[in-house]
Amino acid sequence: MKKMLKSSALAIAGLAIAGVTAAQAVDLNVVSWGGAYTASQMNAYHKPYMKLHPDVKINSIDYSGGLAEMRAQTESGNVTWDLVDVVLSDAITGCDEGMFRPINIDKEMAAAPDGTPPSKDFLKGTLLSECFIPQIIYSTAFAYRKDAWGGKEPKTMADVFDTKNFPGKRTLQKKPINNVEWALIADGVPLDKIYDVLDTEEGKVRAFKKLATIKKDVIWWTQGAVPPQLLADGEAVFGTGYNGRWFSAIAEEKQPFAMLWDGQVLDIDGWAIPAKGKHVADVMKYLKFATDTQRLADQAKYISYGPARKSSGPLVSKHATLGIDMAPHMPTKYADQGFLTNFKWWADNADEMNERFAAWLLQ
Amino acid sequence: MADVIFPSGPVLAADGTPLKASLNRAMRKNRIRALLLVTPLFLFILFSFLLPIVDMTMRSVDNWQVGTLMPKTAIALRNWDGKEIPDEPVFAALVEDLAAGAKSREIGKVATRLNYEKSGLRSTITGSARKALKIKEGPYKEQVLKMNKRWRQLDTWTVIKRNTRPYTIGYYLNAVDLKYDKAGNIVRQAESRRIYGKLFARTFGISLVITVLCILLAYPVSYLLATLPLRYSNLLMIFVLLPFWTSLLVRTTAWIAMLQSQGVLNDIFVYVGLINDDNRLQLIHNLTGTVIAMTHILLPFMVLPLYSVMKTIPPSYMRAALSLGANPLVAFVRVYMPQTLSGIGAGSILVFILSIGYYITPALVGGTSGTLISNQIAYHMQSSLNWGLAGALGALLLASVLVLYFLYNRIVGIDNMRLG
Repeated sequence: MKKMLKSSALAIAGLAIAGVTAAQAVDLNVVSWGGAYTASQMNAYHKPYMKLHPDVKINSIDYSGGLAEMRAQTESGNVTWDLVDVVLSDAITGCDEGMFRPINIDKEMAAAPDGTPPSKDFLKGTLLSECFIPQIIYSTAFAYRKDAWGGKEPKTMADVFDTKNFPGKRTLQKKPINNVEWALIADGVPLDKIYDVLDTEEGKVRAFKKLATIKKDVIWWTQGAVPPQLLADGEAVFGTGYNGRWFSAIAEEKQPFAMLWDGQVLDIDGWAIPAKGKHVADVMKYLKFATDTQRLADQAKYISYGPARKSSGPLVSKHATLGIDMAPHMPTKYADQGFLTNFKWWADNADEMNERFAAWLLQ
Repeated sequence: MADVIFPSGPVLAADGTPLKASLNRAMRKNRIRALLLVTPLFLFILFSFLLPIVDMTMRSVDNWQVGTLMPKTAIALRNWDGKEIPDEPVFAALVEDLAAGAKSREIGKVATRLNYEKSGLRSTITGSARKALKIKEGPYKEQVLKMNKRWRQLDTWTVIKRNTRPYTIGYYLNAVDLKYDKAGNIVRQAESRRIYGKLFARTFGISLVITVLCILLAYPVSYLLATLPLRYSNLLMIFVLLPFWTSLLVRTTAWIAMLQSQGVLNDIFVYVGLINDDNRLQLIHNLTGTVIAMTHILLPFMVLPLYSVMKTIPPSYMRAALSLGANPLVAFVRVYMPQTLSGIGAGSILVFILSIGYYITPALVGGTSGTLISNQIAYHMQSSLNWGLAGALGALLLASVLVLYFLYNRIVGIDNMRLG
């Protein structure tokens, strides 16, 4: 008993000492998607920053996206996250609801090496929310098994919907976003007219009607790791997924897949700062470092996502371990074959489209 | 026998105090001790279970956003008759509220709330709020009407006025596929958006199927467990419990490997020539997959109560029935089975209630035909952030479980249930 008391007293003293030192250093809780993506951020941002600033400790926390946890923290008034990696649509919603802090990008972020202000250096159309600092451009695109049709390979989105010439299961994300756009593209709508068509009742009906032509051939996925697995198992011949996952299946695991860049949906991922976070000043300092030109280019050494700054593009080099040239694997290279999601349209129509989609699935 | 004559007056304890008071004191001590012992559990349940349920249920009717964040508009709209677009005072109030909301960065909450009722109001509100900051003076009506076409639509104003009330039944209407039409009457949701009714029906249907399958599969296993000699039954028990101790995700993904069309089961079927290679069976990512995987996962919840009940039935009853002339079937149906009813009841209620709320397995193997209402609740909690609707769906699910429980109690009697 005495011994136990002694050891617990020691433990408490130890905790107290740890607490004192922690009060001097700063712990930043940085939240991101986990897996290869977080690893690329650790290598490109976290580790170099902690080397420069030994008093800062960056804790990497994984989450699965969405704003549910952020909203719960904001509502309870106990915000433990300091920086969150979010997709643009979530940044817009969170910004509108006051969860995230607005950032004056030219004043608070780093300029390009040649002095171009950040507002000009970040790619056009990526600065869509004042609470959001873009980081990477990723794309959601189709990949297919090269060996599925005896040498014949699909070229366009229309081929994906052509079950006669390209039979087999397709695996799509169980969400209306992207799928309805693809259906319209396959139905002959030009890329710049998608949202005009989708904004009408006939357009919505048309999209679901086109989707219905492949409905019985679709395996719906909800976890990003599933589509490469289904293709590898031969369960599906086409699959949609994030291009980074396809890259690691094709380049690292040597799977017999190929990308179909036609109709790729470009999307932006970046940082948002919780408005009621506890270390706003420290996190701003970190963010300025982590989103500068060199750091964004460095990240592309570890994962095949395109940097969101123009000035980072020429600096993208070879993969850190595989040694392959990364430039051909950047979705930004094929930008003209794809389109950018219209976030404003989706912010307005997501509730309705999700219900329609769920009802359509049940039919 | 002679009558015993009790002394009149209260019975006294050894120390002279009335026995009743002394007994009470002793009992009180016990009661307090008992209360203290259950306090940790009670507090735990209160904070981790009851309060969150109350909170979520409150959210399903809570409608504070418009009334609180657009107070002036709410007052100005009070006397609006709803026949045509309101007049200048309402627009003046609207501009003031929108500008204040844009400054405090809270207008997004109003936008989100109203967008549930009418698609497109999100950008109408957030966009107009940004523009309202720039409006310096009246007349306001003209300037607002120019901002967005939705301000010129009568039902925009009907929706806003309806949602100035602090409580709403809107989420519940949504949860049972009803809605307000443009005039404010409650009507059925458009065919292309009706989902929840079907999902509720499917959830109860699948849960029922799974419960019946569990009874059919667990009954013989439990019988074997209860009647085999100990060394065999222990081994068998491990086979039942081992999957029970394995992670849910591992078990679910194992079923994917088993059932997928290039999976183990289909390979075996093709190998023995039951089906040919081009017509592999679709056993997963649909209703079949959900039923198979969930039945397997929930089976122990049926086996264990059944086993514990069967263990207590003396074998001599069956022997007696047989020796009195019943054939084995009759003896089983009339003597053995009635005694296991309490186990079946307990197992069924466990399996049924668990499967009603199941969500991770249907999400992984359900495809489109095998998803349940809980998947929609999870979706509204995590993705759409429509916590009001999630709360309403959850409350409906809870209420229907309570009704079923009540019916079960009336028909079977909860006292007849034995969990082991």
